[in-house]
Amino acid sequence: MWKFIHKMASPPHFYGLAARIIPWFAVPGLVLVAYATYAGLFVAPADYQQGDAFRIIYVHVPAAFLSMMTYMIMAISAGIGLIWRIKLAHAVAAAAAPLGAWFTFLALATGSIWGRPMWGTWWEWGDPRLTSELIMLFLYFGYMALRGAIDDTAKADKASAVLALVGAVNVPIIHFSVEWWSSLHQGATLVREGGPAMDMSMLYPLLAMILGFKLLFSALLLRRVRTEVLYRERRTRWVRELVLSEEARS
Amino acid sequence: MEALSMGVYGPYVWACFIMTAMVFVICEWRARVHHRDVYSDIAERVRALGEKQ
Repeated sequence: MWKFIHKMASPPHFYGLAARIIPWFAVPGLVLVAYATYAGLFVAPADYQQGDAFRIIYVHVPAAFLSMMTYMIMAISAGIGLIWRIKLAHAVAAAAAPLGAWFTFLALATGSIWGRPMWGTWWEWGDPRLTSELIMLFLYFGYMALRGAIDDTAKADKASAVLALVGAVNVPIIHFSVEWWSSLHQGATLVREGGPAMDMSMLYPLLAMILGFKLLFSALLLRRVRTEVLYRERRTRWVRELVLSEEARS
Repeated sequence: MEALSMGVYGPYVWACFIMTAMVFVICEWRARVHHRDVYSDIAERVRALGEKQ
């Protein structure tokens, strides 16, 4: 088992493997997102309360889901890097942060646009869901700023890993905020007692969109981790040989 | 046309979908550009090292 993990975490092995598997995530991801966009915009019926504005759910929920999932990936990778000193784990955490920031921004922006016609306001400072999600965006910014401020990669890995782990406490706060405190934000739609609070004709495109987002995110993350690995290993022999073999081929 | 305008909610819905598409395009584009830049830097260094030797 450990032998397998070490082989997978070996930078040259990962670099080659990731290049081969990126299309296996990207192509099905694009197909699912295309289907879910069409079904969500034109096939699913309008909501009886929110009308067509509810269709924002097809981008808002997957973006919010990814914003939290990415943070967990970042925190777990940072933890693995810190405890077992696996270099690839730190590279995953570093590569995930900008993606997490983008999806958190997207969740906040689409939520704000959705809130305008439904709540009559773009933003509500007292709302726990909105505020905790905004804190997560600042945690991503803080993580990236901390990494950028330390020149030594090993020190940057350690310091940013601690921040990522401490910030992980915000993820359950975001998730349960609508249950713990009074919130303008609606309760859970998918993961709730008694099953999803949606008709199947609305639910299937949403599930397809969430899966499509996850696959596209995986492709993006793999691409970014490859670059991070290449940069960190730039002085190693295998990178030199890789470049020389590419030059000889072209 | 009605399907596109979605009553009064069209601008809100389309703004969200267009913004999402833009975020994916930006992430993909930035990932590719970053990879190309890192690779070019390394290739240049390897070439310079080869000339020195």
